[in-house]
Amino acid sequence: MLTDQAGKGVHQGTPGPGQSAQNPLRTGGDLLQLVSPEGDRISHPEFDVWVRDIGDEQLCSLYEDMTVIRRIDAEATALQRQGELALWPPLLGQEAAQIGSSRSLRDDDFVFPSYRESGVAYVRGAHLSEIARVWRGNASYGWDPQRINVATPQIIIGSQSLHATGYAMGVQLDGASTAVLAYFGDGATSEGDVNEAMVFAASYQAPVVFFCQNNHWAISEPVRIQSHVQLADRPTGFGIPSMRVDGNDVLAVMAATRVALDRARKGGGPTFIEAVTYRMGPHTTADDPTRYRDPNELEDWAAKDPILRLHKLLEAKGLLTEDVAARVKAKADAVAAELRSSCIDMPDPQPLDVFNHVYSTPNSWIERQKDHYSRYLNSFNQPVEEGAL
Amino acid sequence: MSKLTFARAINAGLRKSLENDPKVVLMGEDIGALGGVFRVTDGLQKDFGKHRVIDSPLAESGIIGTAVGLAYRGYRPVCEIQFDGFIYPAFDQIVSQVAKMHYRTQGRVKMPITIRVPFGGGIGSPEHHSESPEAYFTHTSGLRVVAVSNPQDAYTMIQQAIASDDPVLYFEPKRRYHDKGDVDESLDLSTALPLDRAAVVNTGTDVTLVSYGPLVKTAKDAAMAAADEGISVEVIDLRSLAPVDYPVVEASVRKTGRLVITHEAGQSGGLGAEIAASITERCFHYLESAPVRITGFDVPYPYSKLEMHHLPDLDRILDGVDRALGRPNSLSGLEG
Ligand SMILES: Cc1ncc(C[n+]2csc(CCOP(=O)(O)OP(=O)(O)O)c2C)c(N)n1
Repeated sequence: MLTDQAGKGVHQGTPGPGQSAQNPLRTGGDLLQLVSPEGDRISHPEFDVWVRDIGDEQLCSLYEDMTVIRRIDAEATALQRQGELALWPPLLGQEAAQIGSSRSLRDDDFVFPSYRESGVAYVRGAHLSEIARVWRGNASYGWDPQRINVATPQIIIGSQSLHATGYAMGVQLDGASTAVLAYFGDGATSEGDVNEAMVFAASYQAPVVFFCQNNHWAISEPVRIQSHVQLADRPTGFGIPSMRVDGNDVLAVMAATRVALDRARKGGGPTFIEAVTYRMGPHTTADDPTRYRDPNELEDWAAKDPILRLHKLLEAKGLLTEDVAARVKAKADAVAAELRSSCIDMPDPQPLDVFNHVYSTPNSWIERQKDHYSRYLNSFNQPVEEGAL
Repeated sequence: MSKLTFARAINAGLRKSLENDPKVVLMGEDIGALGGVFRVTDGLQKDFGKHRVIDSPLAESGIIGTAVGLAYRGYRPVCEIQFDGFIYPAFDQIVSQVAKMHYRTQGRVKMPITIRVPFGGGIGSPEHHSESPEAYFTHTSGLRVVAVSNPQDAYTMIQQAIASDDPVLYFEPKRRYHDKGDVDESLDLSTALPLDRAAVVNTGTDVTLVSYGPLVKTAKDAAMAAADEGISVEVIDLRSLAPVDYPVVEASVRKTGRLVITHEAGQSGGLGAEIAASITERCFHYLESAPVRITGFDVPYPYSKLEMHHLPDLDRILDGVDRALGRPNSLSGLEG
């Protein structure tokens, strides 16, 4: 059983409508929305059923996760500014896309993320130190992929979409009902890998969901440089059905992801989801968005803030009691404090670690280099022997 | 003469090429409004327009593959690969198409494409951001591969690369982007040292130390430190990695009798191996000791907390110089 930070079971995913095996798939065009930016619940004839189990408690719990990961993001950004992390890729603004999608997963589902899905890793049960250590420069992987069924973060844009498809082909060969979820950005859709992944996924009807967070920017390049059509219109040319959802609406994201996962599990093949969202921060802490981005655009999107939206819905429903607010705040504070301490207390790697794990069996080239380097390091403590090499 | 950072020097060279030749176009991710992630193309789109300084889709194979088509059409594309580790999606286009077109068409189609690659480590980046992939390309016939080590060369060699009718991989040492140096912007390209020539950047008599790109500075510092101990080190900046200017290296080794090569890339199959073998063939009777390589280890580029162990530094180079000279060193007493 996977557990998340709170030790509570990770969300069991799609209850599905059961009786209605109908998967309401749509192509591009209109944006699926179940909660308006004003926080009003919009009812939808086909999709409502996919979130009918999300009662008051579940809504509060989604709100908590979104608030916590926003807090993780803020704390990590601060840690970077203080020199404790070498770099951080903020996810500010993408909380609904990440929480809505990852909380739709089952424990046995497998996720292939990019570098920005820290919120997904959190939901899947990654320890905070595991989230931090890649960005601190202490390791090149975060968590044990096999423990939480999340592949290690991918930096090569779009590569993971192929890995996800291959994993899904393996699931198919095994005759299992696991679904696979690949995350990537709008920019990634330009890479050959993502397009080749769609070819394979469609050809073999692999149980994979391509979850594209269209946050409108690939570093400084607006999405229009990547695509002349809506991203959700692209996969249909590969024979992959797609959905375009409001990525700042956690309920809509959940409904769409559940539909796609259910479809994958039932042998329906791949689905592409375009979650339309916005990266409100810089690309990474090394980036300066003022060089390329109109501040008005940011303001427009701030009005569609995913957490604010859920906040309004909860308020309207009278759910945001002082108790709930205090509980969420306490949780966020605790998580932030743990992130900070686990980051600062992280032991440095040892010099000779540089040689470890290159191969799974010893390799004489590397053993020799390791031996020589260790002699070299030792030579600083003792005068080198006379006698030449 | 002006004092420019490395990045500004390349920028000035690109600007000159854009001004002098309307067929020059720049392509790459984020090179427009942002001016590139290292700001090397800062201001060029503003001054030359979106048609000549093109923000490409996020697709490296696409960037190089379309450059092939542009070159067919008579353009001289200058492609930026954002970081060394992102060149691999374009590897097929570079080695299968760019490198072979001239040979394949018996000279009828030229590929005057320049591929700019910030390379090497030392800036604390995550994985795929600190690679030294030069050997993959020096192994590929048809490509010229150069690595620049100072702002003046950066300025002239980018223009020479763009003017070259051969495809050129132009490696920029990213950890030196902010280093400043004198740049003579009036230097006439026809009188500048040609693109394929090595330079002796420190003369010496005891040992020849060969390097390129980011480690030239370290090698020069090592030569200064060695001088304090009475050792005279001749430092060669290769500049061109393919083809290597062997006559310059040969002449030096004939004089010193000893050779040390240093690069950030891993040792096995690296440029150091090639130079050691070639110089041994050419200068066997002049060599007084086996060539020594001081390189990165044969490991994937490590996470940033360990990169200082992987990268050759001044002390490691001096230890190598001691080995070449038969002086006490960290491996004294070891066989082989
Ligand atoms: C193959 C490759 N090329 C370039 C990069 C550099 N790079 C890192 S992130 C990025 C933009 C990615 O944009 P997008 O796919 O939209 O994802 P987002 O960062 O917006 O989440 C670029 C160009 C890379 N990591 N990998």
